[in-house]
Amino acid sequence: MNVGKDLVAASATPLILAILSDGPSYGYAIIKRVAELSRGELQWTDGMLYPVLHRLERNGLVKAVWGRSASGRRRKYYRLTSRGGEELVDQQRQWELVDATLRRTLFRSFHPAAQEG
Amino acid sequence: MSLEEGIAAWRSYLRRRQAIQPVDVDELEDHLRSEAWALQEAGLTGDESFLIAVKRIGELDVLSREFAREHSERLWKWLVVGPEADDEGDSAGKEALMAGTLACAAAIAIKVPELFGVRIHPDQALPQLYLRNLSLFVLPFLAAFFAWKRSLPPAGWMWLTAPFVAAAVAVNAMPFSSGGDTESLAALHLPIALWLAVGYAYAAGRWRDRVQRMNFVRFSGEWFIYYTLIALGGGVLMVLTAFVFGAIGLQPERIVAAWILPCGALGAVIVAAWLVEAKQSVVENMAPVLTTLFTPLFTLVLLAFLVVTAWTGSGVAAERDVLIGFDLLLVVVVGLILYAISARDPEKEPGIFDGLQLLLIVCALLVDAVALWAIAARISEFGFSPNKVAALGENLILLVNLAWSAVLYGRFLARRVAFAPLERWQTACLPVYALWAWVVVVAFPPVFGFR
Repeated sequence: MNVGKDLVAASATPLILAILSDGPSYGYAIIKRVAELSRGELQWTDGMLYPVLHRLERNGLVKAVWGRSASGRRRKYYRLTSRGGEELVDQQRQWELVDATLRRTLFRSFHPAAQEG
Repeated sequence: MSLEEGIAAWRSYLRRRQAIQPVDVDELEDHLRSEAWALQEAGLTGDESFLIAVKRIGELDVLSREFAREHSERLWKWLVVGPEADDEGDSAGKEALMAGTLACAAAIAIKVPELFGVRIHPDQALPQLYLRNLSLFVLPFLAAFFAWKRSLPPAGWMWLTAPFVAAAVAVNAMPFSSGGDTESLAALHLPIALWLAVGYAYAAGRWRDRVQRMNFVRFSGEWFIYYTLIALGGGVLMVLTAFVFGAIGLQPERIVAAWILPCGALGAVIVAAWLVEAKQSVVENMAPVLTTLFTPLFTLVLLAFLVVTAWTGSGVAAERDVLIGFDLLLVVVVGLILYAISARDPEKEPGIFDGLQLLLIVCALLVDAVALWAIAARISEFGFSPNKVAALGENLILLVNLAWSAVLYGRFLARRVAFAPLERWQTACLPVYALWAWVVVVAFPPVFGFR
């Protein structure tokens, strides 16, 4: 399924924050994790992740450090800051609200049968 | 093509995108290699894996734009240099032609008053008409250049014309008493007021946009550097002109003073602006070097001044020249701070230079307080005069600016806030400068009876 561009963009921040809340990670691994979580349905253009990560860093939600990969290559790791954690909680609330609202309206009209229950 | 060759070629291609910095290229390369390696694990060959990995990382044009949008301090680069650094040519030629034409127009404009008998003569003082209207001879052309270059919409042209017409009417219709203070003040403040009107054209009318304002600050600093360089060259040219013609018994002073100097000085304003836009990469590496060089020196001068003032206990004489000198010093310091802020990578960790910058701000704050004290004492003793009120207003504005900058810088150094608020604060101050300059130009003469 093709998820619209705006929706992909909007969901990027909470997704990245949530993935980083499991521990520090780097760009490629984050993309892999998103593909895994969405069972390959949510396709990002790989390069687009990085500007988003840099924005999160500028806003102090994540912190970047250069480290080394297992093979010794320079690699930039990102970890969640305490402010990022707060933002994640906030995002959770916002998405719950959106989700609940959509369930009450959008999904009902597509599945009239659901109203009968 | 092997994987390594492919990556090397891709890297050099990416490096040409000026919006993507080397450190970001490193990060993207790590991604590319991880992807290619995973694909090889799945059984692909080296070049196959490279092609797919490159494809997945995305269109480079789109990627550059995204990077530029996020790192907005680099956006102007992308806009100015365009999607391909070496894809200039046609538009660049047109721009050069436009800049040349407008520079000539400015050079001609300064000679127009001569048609009405107001001459520039090397042995006499410059007629007041020239002093009052100096910025009006050139800045309309500069504004037109940017309005044309940025394709300002017709409504924008109207807004842009308004301040210039208003200024022309104000400084020429008001009955200044000859050589009076309000006239000198108006002549001094009009360029500032109109420079910010040029900023409106520079930002293509989007003057509320913080990023555009910062770009204009950056432009102003780079323009200043280019203009200074051109002025130095022009000075050498004029001295040599005088010398060679003097050697054959001619007296070229009149030609130099009446033609080369005024026409060259005004034309150079446009040429410098065009150079900043066209040869961006030349000057942008200079600017941080200059700020790094002069921040410690200015700090040292201000510190020395403060120590001597405290030691000898001598007050500042609140004469007109002294007041202007102090204002100029503080304006230069604020300009230095503003420019250092605009040239700084907002993501860099606070370092020793930022500590120095804070010290400079604090010193400037103290010097400003000393000057304010002198002005206040003078006003309470002799009453208000246009010079003192103008200086008072400027010092107060700078005091507020410096004080809050010091607070924000301190919090940034303590790692309590990011760098962005400091940028926001400085860009928010820009309209205040313009407003005050307009007040001095338009409101001061009638309030103080044109004296």
